Order: sequence, then structure tokens, then C-alpha cells
Amino acid sequence: MFATLSDRLAATLGDLRSRGRLTEEDVARAMREIRLALLEADVNFKVVKTFVDTVRGRAVGEGVLTGLNAPQQVIKIVNEELTALMGTGSAKLTFASQPPTVILMAGLQGSGKTTTAAKLAALLMKQGKKPALVACDVYRPAAIDQLKTVGAQVGVPVFERGTAEDPVDIAQWGVRQARSQGRDVVIVDTAGRLHVDEDLMGELVRIRDAISPQNVLLVLDSMTGQDAVNVAETFRERVAFDGIVLTKLDGDARGGAALSVRAVTGIPVKYASVGEKLDQIEEFHPDRMASRILGMGDVLSLIERIEESVDKEQAAELEQRLRTNDFTLEDMLQQLRMLKKIGSITSMLKMIPGLSRQMNNAVVDERALDRVEAIILSMTPAERLRPDILNGTRRARIARGSGTSVQQINALLVQHKQMKKMTRSMVTGSMPRIPGMPGLGSTGASKKRKKKR
Amino acid sequence: MFLGLEPGAAVPEADEPERRPGLFRRLAENLSRSRKAMAAQIQAIAFDPADDSVWEELEEALLLADCGVPATVEIIGRLEREATAGGLRTSQELLAAIERIVASLLAGSESRIDLAARPTIVLMVGVNGAGKTTTVGKLAEHARRAGVSVVVGAADTFRAAAGEQLETWAERAGADFVGSTRGQDPAAVAYDAVSAAVARGKGVAIIDTAGRLHTQGGLMDELTKVRRVIATRLAGAPHETLLVVDATTGQNGLQQARLFGAAVPLTGIVLTKLDGTAKGGIAIAIAHELGLPIKLIGVGETLDDLRPFAAAEFAAALFGR
Repeated sequence: MFATLSDRLAATLGDLRSRGRLTEEDVARAMREIRLALLEADVNFKVVKTFVDTVRGRAVGEGVLTGLNAPQQVIKIVNEELTALMGTGSAKLTFASQPPTVILMAGLQGSGKTTTAAKLAALLMKQGKKPALVACDVYRPAAIDQLKTVGAQVGVPVFERGTAEDPVDIAQWGVRQARSQGRDVVIVDTAGRLHVDEDLMGELVRIRDAISPQNVLLVLDSMTGQDAVNVAETFRERVAFDGIVLTKLDGDARGGAALSVRAVTGIPVKYASVGEKLDQIEEFHPDRMASRILGMGDVLSLIERIEESVDKEQAAELEQRLRTNDFTLEDMLQQLRMLKKIGSITSMLKMIPGLSRQMNNAVVDERALDRVEAIILSMTPAERLRPDILNGTRRARIARGSGTSVQQINALLVQHKQMKKMTRSMVTGSMPRIPGMPGLGSTGASKKRKKKR
Repeated sequence: MFLGLEPGAAVPEADEPERRPGLFRRLAENLSRSRKAMAAQIQAIAFDPADDSVWEELEEALLLADCGVPATVEIIGRLEREATAGGLRTSQELLAAIERIVASLLAGSESRIDLAARPTIVLMVGVNGAGKTTTVGKLAEHARRAGVSVVVGAADTFRAAAGEQLETWAERAGADFVGSTRGQDPAAVAYDAVSAAVARGKGVAIIDTAGRLHTQGGLMDELTKVRRVIATRLAGAPHETLLVVDATTGQNGLQQARLFGAAVPLTGIVLTKLDGTAKGGIAIAIAHELGLPIKLIGVGETLDDLRPFAAAEFAAALFGR
């Protein structure tokens, strides 16, 4: 497996110091590494070509390749160019001056239209809108049932007329229905279709013409390869979509397709779907995609997610206790639960720069946290506060109660002891603080207080 | 028919006279389309082994087909060696060599699903939206046509209406349907499906599972459990564990194959949605790294569009535009 682009460039250009200046061959090798990294990330071949030319032009023009820290300079240029390609700021939906606002969902089979339609409805509801869904997929068996189920889950009405009618009529009727029932956004789900399927593309055009949507969203699987540009170009020609929803971003796909599509069509990605649960959709941050494509992690999103998930008061309280008391198993349990709220370990590790590539083959045991939780919950309150009383009999009982083994309990106790030591040194200020992490010093205030002491 | 029935049980061809012309016509059309495109492409290249731009164009075609860098390097390397040895002088020879190399990378890909065991258990796995349920449905119908009785098990207990979707296919194929309620343990459904196939003396049980991203550790464990429960219920089962891969998938497909393979030993790939403009080169990358054969391809929405894999046709289509 390849390391990150930074590692590769460092390996290619790194020994520069010993030689003084780069040869033409060195430059070519560096560009080759960039090319490979982008191809591995599924950026379209042609986009890669243009991109590498741009980077080469800048690198040569700015003379960075004769400098001492050439690898970092090249990375900087690559990052800037990628970000420029992806665009900045998040693109919003267009709302109609006269409701309802109509959103048409389109895309290939299996890209995630139906799920995304429901997620979008849930998100809009959270923003104070009153959305409705219209089921126009009359082809895939049970597609309508699926939309009805997810619609009910998020509490949004679903307008459907079975599979016997023309999707164009259903769409039109659905929008009317939404208007008469006072819904202010109507999301029209359509059947998945291949961009080369003349009949179905024609149908999509007719649906669009019949309901004049303010937004046409192309739903794009983030795992898509080189073909993404063909798909996007055809859909743009036919239905002039104006936004992209990138799905399945919770996987480990680097998502180069998003870059390709953006580069070729200039149309922005508006939303990213990041999980199977119906609230797992978020506004897309194009600037963060660059580092994901390069395998450089997404620290911003990680910090944001931690901040969202951690209850600040709870964290402060925990920290307060840590300063006065010892770190008990009860505290460990609480910390663990905060950690779990942030997301899966794998998804967090992926956001850490440098780690994402190495993690590629590793399978993290997501249930480790559950096991620890089960073990602590199987202890009596006294045991949680004073782990030293845990003798063999007690340990055997806890193992039975939590469905684990005595060995696992021993391991946990060792871990707890280490954490206790660590937190003590942190509270006394001998370790660097990580923002947002309970016990690791979240409130800037604690630092100030310490100074006063 | 691509189901590998033992010779004695083979369905006589005269059995389905109406269907055969259609199947053949479609096949011929596809072949001639890709051959024409390929021929045009190769002629445009006007093969001269000493010309660097030829190699660049070949490389471009392979990368654009999602073959990925390592497999592309491998294919180009082998071609260059043949060219150096003097074996490649014309475009035709180049073409033949490409077909041969792709076929050798895809070793075993033309093997069929073996229905020797009674019942044969087929487990279908893959990421969300790859086309598992549809493939299960079509496979059931093909088995019925081949005179093999079928049970389908709806072990996708997560996605809304996945059971209903499969039930519709089961009805079309006249297959027994073992349903589930949403949120039920998929391993229990798989167990019931295998039990039903054994008890009713069916020829094959095809088990659909929920789409899951390979990075979801908990869901991959669930899959391991489904397989273990099947193996416990019937020794030697599942006989086939097929990873369904969407042909539009990029390099992430490799990671899918690695991690699904770690959770449940895979016996082959089903490459779906080849009827678009995607070439499905990721299957070559998977075969190159993991040695997994392609067993079936999906080239359209109708039943006849689920097909056995043919290496030469696939290699040719890689260069079609």
C-alpha cells in the first residue's frame, strides 16, 4: 500500500539536502508520485493529467524545486490547487420565493437516492422546514415501500400512487399534493437509471420539465471510479443538475470522483452522506476533501465532531473531579461513553493525518469499547470506586456477568491503572492538553486557574 | 446456462427454444459492439512497439477502465516483454496478447457456480447499492429455468423494504421465500433458509444479506456470524460466497474485497452494472491482488442480462469507447 502523498514526496525529494539541487528527473519523479496518489484516489485520469501539469508549472515557476524543503512546498502547492479545484464555502439549496421548493433527486442505481431523500427531509425539518417526499420509482420492486418506511421514520409524509402510473404524472401530482397540504419543500425521489439509458433519461427530463424544480441533485456514490465524469456529464447535459450529494463517505473511499466531477462540470457538492442512520447527512466542506483525497486526514471534522458530541458541562464536571479525586472506573466509564458518542474508532482514526493510510488494512475492533462498558457495568459501585478490592472471585463473577473472560478484566484493570497515572500527570499539568477531551483539559479556564496557583 | 450442473442433469437446449435466439442476439450485439470499438481504438493506436505514445495510450485505457495502477503496470509490463521478444508486431497481435494477459490475470473466472451439492448454499455479500438483491432474484430465476428448485432467504433485515423487494423477485422466479422482520437477526434468517432448503429437498438456497460498508467492524462481524451459522447448519456450506461489486466502483473495490474476504472467505465476484460506460476494470485489480475469479456479470436490467463471465469479451470491452 502507498503511504500518504507527503511520505511519498519526502521519499522522492527528501534526500535533496545531501545533493543541493533537483535534477529534471527528480521533478519528473515527484510529479509521478502526485499522479499515482491521485489515481489511487480515483481522480479521473484526464483531470489528473491537467492537474499535474498545473502543479509542475507552478513548482517550476516559483522555483520551489530548488529550495531546501521542496517536498513541503510541493505538498503546499498540491493542496492549494486541489482546494481551488474543489471550491470553497458550502453551497446551499435554492429556496423558491413561493413555496413549495421542489428538489429532484437523480442518479445511478444503488447510489443512495431513496435514503438520501429521507435524510435530506430530516435535515430540512431540523432547519424548520416542512418537507414532503414523492415516490416516483415505479421500477425497482418495493422502492416505494422503502421510501414510505424511511419517510415514516423521519416523520415526513410520503406521497405515492403505486407503480401503475407514469412517474411524470406522479411527480406532478405529488408537488400539487404538497402545496395543498402546506408543505414548503417537496423532495421527489426517482428511479436509479444509467446515463446511457435513453428511455429513462428522457423520462427524467420530462419529470423535470413537469415540476420545474429549484434544485436538481445528482446523488453520487463516493466509491465511484473513473466513470464518474461520464455519468456526471451526461446527467448535466440532460437535466442540468445544480448540486451533488456525495454518499457513503463513512467508508474508506478517498472520493476522488467528487474532485473529478467538480473539475469537469464545475457543479458543487452540497451534501455528504456519512452513515446509515437517517440523521447522518451534513453540509459538504470542499476544502476538507482535498486532504481526504491525499490521505492527509481531516482534523477539522474530527475536532468539530468531538465538540458536537461532548457535553461541555459534563466534561467540566469530570475534569473538576479528576483534579480532586482519583480517576475511578466510574470516571473511565463516563469517558468511554463520551468517546463512543463521537463515532466509530475507525472513522476517527481515519481523520488523523498520517494515520489514515497505515490504517487502511487494519481492522479495528469496534466492540472493544462495548466490552469495557459491559465489564464496568457488571461491577458493584464499591468495586468501581475501589478496584483494589477485586479479588479472584469477584473477577470471575464479573467475567460471567459481562460475557468476557478474567483475562480481559485483568487487561482492563491494567489499562485503568495506566490511565489513572496519565490523568494525574495531566491534571498536574505535565502533559500537553488536547482540546475538547474530558480529563485532557478541555476548558481553557483550567490552565488559567493552574497559573494562579 | 451458467450454473454448473453435472453433465447428466444438464437441461436439454431444445427445452427453451424461444429464449435462446434472444440471448444469442444480445450476446452477438454486445460482442460486435465492443469488437468494433476495440478495433477502432487499436487501429487508432497503429501499433509500433518502439513508439512511446502507444504505450501511454494503452496505459490510459487501462487506468480509465479502473484497473488501478498495480494491475495496469503488470499488464503493460507483460506486453512490453512480449513486444521485446518480438511476439507483437501488429495491432491484431497486440489485441490477442491483451486478451490473453487479462484472461490469465482472471484465472478461474470462467468457472461456473457448481450446483453439485444438494442443496447448494449461495451467500451474497457486498456494500450498499452494489446490486445484491437484484442479483439474488435473477440467479433464482436462472436456476429455476435450469430445472433447479430454489429457496431465497431475505437476510437483509436492515434496509427498509429489502424483504419485499426480494419477495417480488422470488414470486417471479417461483422460488420459496424465507422472509424476515426488520431488525431480526440475519443469522437466524440464513439458518431458516438453509433448513427450509434441506427439509424441502431444494436444489439451491440463495441468501441475500444487507449491504454494509466494509469499514463497519460490527456489521462485518455480523456477516462472519451469518456464515458460521450456515456452516453449522449444513456441513460444507456456504458453497459459494459471492461479493457483488458495482462496475462503476473505483479503487475502493480492492479494499472491499480485502475486508469482506477477511470476514467471510469469498469464492468469487459478481460484477454488476456493466451496461453503463464503466468498464469494471476494478475486477482485474481484485483478481490481480487477491486472485478472486469473476463468476457472473450483470449487463442490464432483464433476467437474461445476468451472464457467465467471458474473459476475452471482457478484455475487448476494456478498450471500447
